[in-house]
Amino acid sequence: MTGHVFHPGHHDLHGITVVLETEGSLWVGRFDSVTPKGVLLHDAGCYEDGVTEGTREDYLQKTLKYGVRATARNVVIPETAVKGIRQLAG
Amino acid sequence: MPYPESLVAPMRAEMTQMGATELRTVADVDAAVGGTAGTTLVFVNSVCGCAAGNARPAMQMALQHGVRPDRTVTVFAGQDLDAVARARSYFGEYQPSSPSIALLRDGEVVHFVHRHQIEGRSPQTIAADLTKAFDTHCSHSVGA
Repeated sequence: MTGHVFHPGHHDLHGITVVLETEGSLWVGRFDSVTPKGVLLHDAGCYEDGVTEGTREDYLQKTLKYGVRATARNVVIPETAVKGIRQLAG
Repeated sequence: MPYPESLVAPMRAEMTQMGATELRTVADVDAAVGGTAGTTLVFVNSVCGCAAGNARPAMQMALQHGVRPDRTVTVFAGQDLDAVARARSYFGEYQPSSPSIALLRDGEVVHFVHRHQIEGRSPQTIAADLTKAFDTHCSHSVGA
């Protein structure tokens, strides 16, 4: 079983926890796929500019230490809104 | 929805064969983790090949280290739901993810490896992270 991947052929980021930035928000969640409606993330948390306490960097640092405080089991972000996407890494 | 037991059985066995005690009920978790003195390593197992496929061999490597926790236990995310929820209740502010690894000393989390710290990393790298934590937090040396 070790090293076995159940779902080969998926996007390179499939299963990876990513930081996805949009104009007014930042999402952290497990990348699933790019669907016709947008980027599908699982178990995602969100930082909203002007709403969430602290800065985006504060949010990321807390997430790196304590993990993703998920507020959505599944979320789809339209591709046109995506400004950047990268792996969450310390 | 849990996976068929026939699918996860080898993943359970991989952990128990390296010496981890599997906790499948709330009572099991409370007995092994709740208020336990000393150091306890809790591995939250997962069927996810993206991450757990590296996490289990990393655990095996780490548990060969000369300094290691007093006990190693495991719960299986998505399978033994109540046991996993109870185990996570001992993790304080640390958010749920699977696979993940918590090192507790006298009931408090002193080191945590999240899923995002496992993804894309080699078993050797993950094991090195764990053994560094063992050196810092565990006083039990094999053969001592």
